[in-house]
Amino acid sequence: MLEWRRRREPSTAMLWLSPLIAIALTMLLGMIVFTAMGYDGFHAVESIFLTPFLEPQRWADLGVKAAPLVMIALGLAIGFRANVWNIGAEGQYIMGAIAGTGVALATHGMTGWWILPAMALAGILGGMAWAAVPAFLRVRLQVSEILTSLMLTYVAVQGLYYLVRGPWKDPDGFNFPQTKMFSADQTLPAMMEGSLVHLGIPAALLIAVVAWLLMEKTTAGYAVKVVGLAPAAARHGGFSADKVTWATLLASGGLAGLAGLFEAAGPFGQLTPQFPVGYGFTAIIVAFLGRLNPLGIVFGGVVLAATYVGGEIAQTTVRLPQAATGMFQALLLFMLLATDVLVKYRVAWRSKALP
Amino acid sequence: MTSAILVSIFMTLVAASTPILLAALGELVTEKAGVLNLGVEGMMLCGAVAGFAIAFSTGNTGLGLLAAIVAGVATAMIFAVLTLSLTANQVATGLALTIFGIGASSLIGAGFVGRTIMRLGPVFPAALSEHPLLRAVFGHDIVVYLSLALVLGVSLFLRKTRAGLILRAVGENDASAHAIGYPVIAIRYGAIAFGGALAGLGGAYFSLALTPMWADRLTAGRGWIALALVVFAAWRPGRLLLGAYLFGAVMTLELQAKAAGVTWLAPEILAMAPYLATIAVLTMMSLGRRTGRLDAPACLGKPFSAS
Repeated sequence: MLEWRRRREPSTAMLWLSPLIAIALTMLLGMIVFTAMGYDGFHAVESIFLTPFLEPQRWADLGVKAAPLVMIALGLAIGFRANVWNIGAEGQYIMGAIAGTGVALATHGMTGWWILPAMALAGILGGMAWAAVPAFLRVRLQVSEILTSLMLTYVAVQGLYYLVRGPWKDPDGFNFPQTKMFSADQTLPAMMEGSLVHLGIPAALLIAVVAWLLMEKTTAGYAVKVVGLAPAAARHGGFSADKVTWATLLASGGLAGLAGLFEAAGPFGQLTPQFPVGYGFTAIIVAFLGRLNPLGIVFGGVVLAATYVGGEIAQTTVRLPQAATGMFQALLLFMLLATDVLVKYRVAWRSKALP
Repeated sequence: MTSAILVSIFMTLVAASTPILLAALGELVTEKAGVLNLGVEGMMLCGAVAGFAIAFSTGNTGLGLLAAIVAGVATAMIFAVLTLSLTANQVATGLALTIFGIGASSLIGAGFVGRTIMRLGPVFPAALSEHPLLRAVFGHDIVVYLSLALVLGVSLFLRKTRAGLILRAVGENDASAHAIGYPVIAIRYGAIAFGGALAGLGGAYFSLALTPMWADRLTAGRGWIALALVVFAAWRPGRLLLGAYLFGAVMTLELQAKAAGVTWLAPEILAMAPYLATIAVLTMMSLGRRTGRLDAPACLGKPFSAS
């Protein structure tokens, strides 16, 4: 009979293999589920997981979608390491975009190199401010940051709706609920002529490297890990759990805010009610797929970006509904959590000779 | 204001409170057994879409409610297998369950958007249920009465029965409960299933009684509010009832203000009210508490393995 045996030490090989096993299982299970639902399951999985990588004309789109996912997930992962569960990144992403758009509308008609950096700064501060509320409530009053950060996401969404339908509505926009289009000095410069690729992609890669150095090579990163793994030991070691909570929430809020601003000043070029697409939630999956490791997260971001890009392809190739993307993402997270058991346990045959 | 209008507002309040009361009551039992299932929103959405799909295709609302319960339990079982049998992190798995519920319900519900069904009707005959004043007591549907009975039932179960005591023991000290010989994992499976059943039923209340139709993300975060409500109630069913109706009042206020044509406050700002109220309530709970912890079950959220 098969049974689970606890490993003496977590398996390093499985630590890195299990995400790959999870992806393989997701593809298999997705094929079965969507075939059972009456779709062409094989080609659905092919469109979602293979086509985005095999067709070079999709790579730009892949990068554009991976950049915000990676940026948000990098911040979240640092928090998750310290047992700080910021699940309101979507709200911080929206607030970053709102704050940056505020600067864009205030500087409308002006020109200058300084406008975009000012918008980016406002975006970071907007995201940080939104994350500061759960940080304050958790540190001072022990209120769960899970619930407060999530509640603030709903508040941010309504705030966005209010602004684009009310005070920020473009007077020349034929009554559509949207802001003015940003000017050339307010949008991210394209990295290549005529493509969507923008500054956010190299920025996300740079931040990943910085985050990796921070987590692996500095005392601050060590403090985050100790607070997460052994809170009591952290206290003895003189690491302040409160400081770590503040720092991780502000960092993840700031990164989500910057990602939101990049999205507003990049692909969107304005704010509309369609702005929130759930990157803040998908980034949670990215963080886990990347094993909470900054470099792993770059890989995770590309895979999850493929589910978006591939989901759009599958809509035309096999008429898969848009919601299928979300299903694949959820299946992937389930499989990741399930295969995690392989790190701590191994499968063994129970033989009668052994007690 | 005439009493008939007051009764009408009361009816809206009860209807708005019932789904969060059900979902929160289920989660309360789950948490009493030491398991934190953050997937309430996901289970509600699965219940909502399953209930609507079955009620629409069979024309039978009762079957719809039953299907919602089954869907809620089935969704909860994914969580149970991952966290109990495979010892996955409960917070992460709960989040996964919500992401799954949003995706699955949207996928299944795509064919039902815009369709309508017969709303879940009152239990008692028209003479009582349509009386301008008596309908405050007799004008509700079966789920409302069921939710109130369940509050009483759960309260008695937890305080007065042996099984309830064992469930609480498992939540307070899983290692001791295991040592005495109680099947910790099996009891937690049961508690998670109960939470799923009530979350599914609560979700279906949206699609079968409140709206009654299907739309993506129909429950709009009520599952998360239910989670906050359990904290507010300090894991006590009686206080949960009070809390759920308080939240119902906040949501009714939003609807009434819209209906009354309040223009000085934008509808989007009003729509923020339940979420801000949740944060305010959680904050006040922390300010008001005297002991070091919020009466949470001691093993809440901690994984357990017998080996």
